[in-house]
Amino acid sequence: MRISLQDVHKVFNQGRPNAYPAIRGVTLTIEPNQVTCLKGASGSGKSTLLSMIGCLSRPTSGRIHLGERMLSSLPERFLTDIRRHTFGFIFQQFNLISGLTVLENVLLPAYPLAPDFKQLKKSANALLERFGLQHKAQSPVQWLSGGEAQRVAICRALINDPQILIADEPTANLDTRLSHAFMGQIRQLREIGKTVLITSHDPVVFESPVVDRVIELCDGQVVEG
Amino acid sequence: MEWIRRQRYLIDFILSSLLRRKGKNFGLLLVYTLVVFMLASVMLFTHALKREVGNVLQASPEIILQRTEAGRHALIPADYLEKIGRLRGVTGRKGRLWGYFYDATVKANYTLMVADERELADTEVIVGSAIARARGVGPGDYLTFRSHDGIAYSFMIRELLDSDTELFSADLVLMSERAFRVSQGVTGGGYTDIVLSVSNPRELSKIAEKLTQRLPDTRPILKQEILRTYDAIFSWRQGILFVLLAGAIMAFVIFAWDKASGLSAEEKREIGILKAIGWETGDVLQMKFWEGAILSVTAFFTGYLLAYLHVFYASASLFEPVLKGWAVLYPAFRLAPVVDGLQIATLFFFTVFPYVVATIIPIWQASVTDPDAVMR
Amino acid sequence: MRKSDRLLLLYVVLSGLFLLSLADTTRSPPEGAERIDRTRRMVAELGLTDPALFTEARYTRHLSQADLHSAFQDHPMALEHFPSGSLLVPPQRSQP
Repeated sequence: MRISLQDVHKVFNQGRPNAYPAIRGVTLTIEPNQVTCLKGASGSGKSTLLSMIGCLSRPTSGRIHLGERMLSSLPERFLTDIRRHTFGFIFQQFNLISGLTVLENVLLPAYPLAPDFKQLKKSANALLERFGLQHKAQSPVQWLSGGEAQRVAICRALINDPQILIADEPTANLDTRLSHAFMGQIRQLREIGKTVLITSHDPVVFESPVVDRVIELCDGQVVEG
Repeated sequence: MEWIRRQRYLIDFILSSLLRRKGKNFGLLLVYTLVVFMLASVMLFTHALKREVGNVLQASPEIILQRTEAGRHALIPADYLEKIGRLRGVTGRKGRLWGYFYDATVKANYTLMVADERELADTEVIVGSAIARARGVGPGDYLTFRSHDGIAYSFMIRELLDSDTELFSADLVLMSERAFRVSQGVTGGGYTDIVLSVSNPRELSKIAEKLTQRLPDTRPILKQEILRTYDAIFSWRQGILFVLLAGAIMAFVIFAWDKASGLSAEEKREIGILKAIGWETGDVLQMKFWEGAILSVTAFFTGYLLAYLHVFYASASLFEPVLKGWAVLYPAFRLAPVVDGLQIATLFFFTVFPYVVATIIPIWQASVTDPDAVMR
Repeated sequence: MRKSDRLLLLYVVLSGLFLLSLADTTRSPPEGAERIDRTRRMVAELGLTDPALFTEARYTRHLSQADLHSAFQDHPMALEHFPSGSLLVPPQRSQP
């Protein structure tokens, strides 16, 4: 599914004295089955842009199309539904819920969709196996190493079999070796036909051969790509 | 079907989540259970006692006639039995002789009573089980009373009163009329009071009115009044126990409120994560609803069941000190199990509902945060 | 076994016990009825008016027969004889 943005603006605290324009007129198209990297310094608006694409927030003005559907005009309820089925999220600190087991963390995004338990468990175990975590399924997530936690986060993002993966600064807390490993996992995802969107200012990411396209943002505007 | 599946997933999650802080949550459950246990015990106990006492007192005399002298209870002369005259509806009349005796050796108060039907010899007594326990005596042993004029009289215990009737007979000492009159100095021939049997309860008030007219120095006590009094006594007792418990309940409410409403930064973060990975506000609220419901329903059932065992199978032993006070004699009794549905429903409502509300309300604000909060 | 299944099992057990307790109240064991019967016969024979729950003092023993001027009649919250005094209301009488 192609994602296209037309003249998207996002203003925080609109109408108040501390109003702050984070995105100022972005127009771009993201092709399916590619790895796209949004590059830029912190405060450049890349996370904000990503959250709008991922239906986590809405633009102040402008249009976002996901395939044929226009996201920016959908009511909240539909947005959540699209988000659940279409997007998988990997966050900066992985944002796993500590105290729960690896398996439980992976299952979390599927709970509100209430699929059949046996099938859900089967696909979760298949995911864990693919990322070499099956022996950790019952361990609490706080016992995991950084690399393992990162793979759990990927499994969690994939549990609802989304078409598009969104990763916000995924390597920020990883050392170089793990960052390279992460890009290896991203390659796997591309090979199985997922669209991947990453924000990063880590050269390991945007210089990686896995990345098809780099879009650079500065002060809420596209400067390159 | 899908709804049930989703609720099961939410319950899975909240159980895992609660089990992370086992000490804290089991502690809460324990205190909660204890509060329900105390409340339910009081409810069950007073209700059962009321029923039991009310049931048995149906057999007590319809009218008791006391004479008063200067406003105080005095002996009633035997000729009052005649003076009452013919009263329509009165099927029987009888003078009762009874009184109290303070036994200094065990510091207990006995109730002495004359029982003609038992055909006791003048040196024999029948005593209640609690007295036998307190004095460590049994049938065949001797009990010695100091009489009103300082002479010691020894009585042989012929038998003990049926221990099944202890709730009413624990402190009774039955003796013959002559033994009573001589040892207690009631020699004038008067009675303690007069008992009237009436067959038709609708005539009672009419009879009572006539009695006060014919014998202005007497006071009739009706069975209905006694029953009403005991009904009120146990309601009052229940009320006062609730007041005593109120302190404990308030402490629990504060504790529960703090636990349920105080959202830690970690919990807020977790809700943020859940929102970001696709949970809706409604999902988070339902999940929190289950937290409150699981804790409070479990506490309710466990507390109620423990209270049931306590009251009906452990003789409400925790309440014994409250009822006993400084008394030496206390009846050992078992109550017939009775449960008032309305009371249980009230208890359920007042224990479960507030807690569930207290868990859900504060989460409201946290759960409507934007799903992209974790990305900022 | 899923955690929700375990909880369900717990609730099945608890509600089963709850129903059992309700059933326990409706079943009146013959010995229980016997006991009440015997007590009633004794109460009728001796003309008893009060349970022997408060034997600590003569004015608490027969509450329904108490003298109008005994401690318990003075004030419903007569605290001087704890705990009975704090727990009892004076008998309600239609006539003085």
